Amino acid sequence: VSAGVDALRRAMDNRHLLGALFLIPAAAFLLLFLTYPLGLGVYLGFTDAKIGRAGTWIGLENFVSIWDDDVVRLALFNTFFYTLVASVIKFALGLWLALLLNQRLPLKSVVRAVVLLPFIVPTALSAIAFWWIYDSQFSIVSWALMKLGVIDQYIEFLGEPWHARLATIAANIWRGVPFVAICLLAGLQTISPSYCEAASLDGASGWQQLRHVTLPLLAPITAVVMTFSVLFTFTDFQLIYVLTRGGPLNATHLMATLSFQRAISGGYLGEGAAIATAMIPFLLGAIMFSYFGLQRRAWQQGGENR
Amino acid sequence: VSEGTSARRELREAAGAQAMDYLVTMPRRVVTVYLPLGVFLFVLLFPFYWMAMTALKPNEELLSHEGNPFWVRSPTLIHVKKLLFNTAYPDWLWNTVLVSVVATFVSLVASVLAAYAIERLRFRGARYVGMSIFLAYLVPPSILFIPLAAVVYRLQLFDTRLALILTYPTFLIPFCTWLLMGYLRSIPFELEECALIDGASRLQILAKIVLPLALPGLISAGIFAFTLSWNEFIYALTFISSSEVKTVPIGVITELVEGDVYHWGPLMAGALFGSLPVVLLYSLFVEYYVSGMTGAVKE
Repeated sequence: VSAGVDALRRAMDNRHLLGALFLIPAAAFLLLFLTYPLGLGVYLGFTDAKIGRAGTWIGLENFVSIWDDDVVRLALFNTFFYTLVASVIKFALGLWLALLLNQRLPLKSVVRAVVLLPFIVPTALSAIAFWWIYDSQFSIVSWALMKLGVIDQYIEFLGEPWHARLATIAANIWRGVPFVAICLLAGLQTISPSYCEAASLDGASGWQQLRHVTLPLLAPITAVVMTFSVLFTFTDFQLIYVLTRGGPLNATHLMATLSFQRAISGGYLGEGAAIATAMIPFLLGAIMFSYFGLQRRAWQQGGENR
Repeated sequence: VSEGTSARRELREAAGAQAMDYLVTMPRRVVTVYLPLGVFLFVLLFPFYWMAMTALKPNEELLSHEGNPFWVRSPTLIHVKKLLFNTAYPDWLWNTVLVSVVATFVSLVASVLAAYAIERLRFRGARYVGMSIFLAYLVPPSILFIPLAAVVYRLQLFDTRLALILTYPTFLIPFCTWLLMGYLRSIPFELEECALIDGASRLQILAKIVLPLALPGLISAGIFAFTLSWNEFIYALTFISSSEVKTVPIGVITELVEGDVYHWGPLMAGALFGSLPVVLLYSLFVEYYVSGMTGAVKE
């Protein structure tokens, strides 16, 4: 017995063996519930599976039919529009807020903590607040604008295609700005003020300091933060599901909500999976972007290119 | 370590502020800093204020165009009462707590082991495993939920809390492992070497030296993982159909809306109460949460 215990002890101190042992729980979860479903999802896209019925291989049929599907094309357009507009505005406002928070302020830590609240709260629940804010009869925004004399009838925030698109984008920006701002603030705090000081001694204006000193130094972390932001926005689901369910007239359907509607509500698992699979190329693009952003950062900080 | 860096940061900020302050007069500061910041705070916080007001207003006040809507004239708890006693809300709350706590705990255990193996044991292929963990972190639930539903169904876990407990770690483990790898990297190797020379086994080193030193990282990862599970939506929406196993976000969205009749009061009360636990936890551990979020982005 003691020889066995001894062998076990020696095995526990072998780092290759122990390393493999320590990886088992994480690997089991990720292989069974992440890697396998990822592959299964791509496979399902090539079948005519329905809920409760395993499908058969039908080749590219789903992809051909979704390519010709006007609703899918609209959803693709919506997804790009939603992602592009929301991300650009989130970056601009997030950077502005980060610069404001980087100033000397009273109660700075409290302000910073409060700013992040929209990001902490469950999106589905804050979306309910926006649903009520966007109500066609009792909207507080419409009420305030009426009182100010800007409009003369209540706005159909979620009832008209372009209004609904912009309203959902506004809600997405509200949720995303704190994340971008707090991450960029963390980046700003690593930049020594002496760079800006030197630039101002050389006569650079505040705007020039921002444009030629702060932003370039912030570029690496900006690349990573915006990659994540784009990733979250492109694959967004809950906000749209709660606010509009893709309506009116499919005007706010994103790829994710459409694939849910086709696969789960409609029961066409294969078609839904094909739509979800069609999102993957974009995802790979975002990952590449992130990877090269990271590399540039290592190089800028004097680390070796790994 | 963190006290030193934050003190240094404050010093640097003070120095920076001093260097620039003589250029900026008070009225100018109001226009360029306080005014925009005030607008930001107003917009970011207004929805919460509005949720609270709506939850406290009686129905006739909610659906009237008279008077000032920004204030509540006769506050009532009738919506809260309805929520707690006439709906399955307490069940949803309990389910959310249960699923979030268990999923977070399971993920933390798996992540600590994995992060230690990758970062410290440096077994053969550790770098590639670390890379693939990062890639797993980038796979969004929106492209996984359809095949995962098939997997959950085949495992006969459909419409159970276990389905959520087992699937949430798919996004928690990559995040926690990645975060903890960063923390472990900051612990000096020498400490472990000393313990090895003194005859400690790897398991003892992990339990008695590495884990206590990585405690801030564990708290960060735990808080973040808990809020991520609490906020999860698409898996719970797809895998759960019975009212008594729903989580708060799903229950509120799917059950408090009856046809075209929206019960705005209870809806808002539900949204508010469903947010409170995460907000409380967050307010207790702000620094850990922020360092977790920014750490994951910076690493």
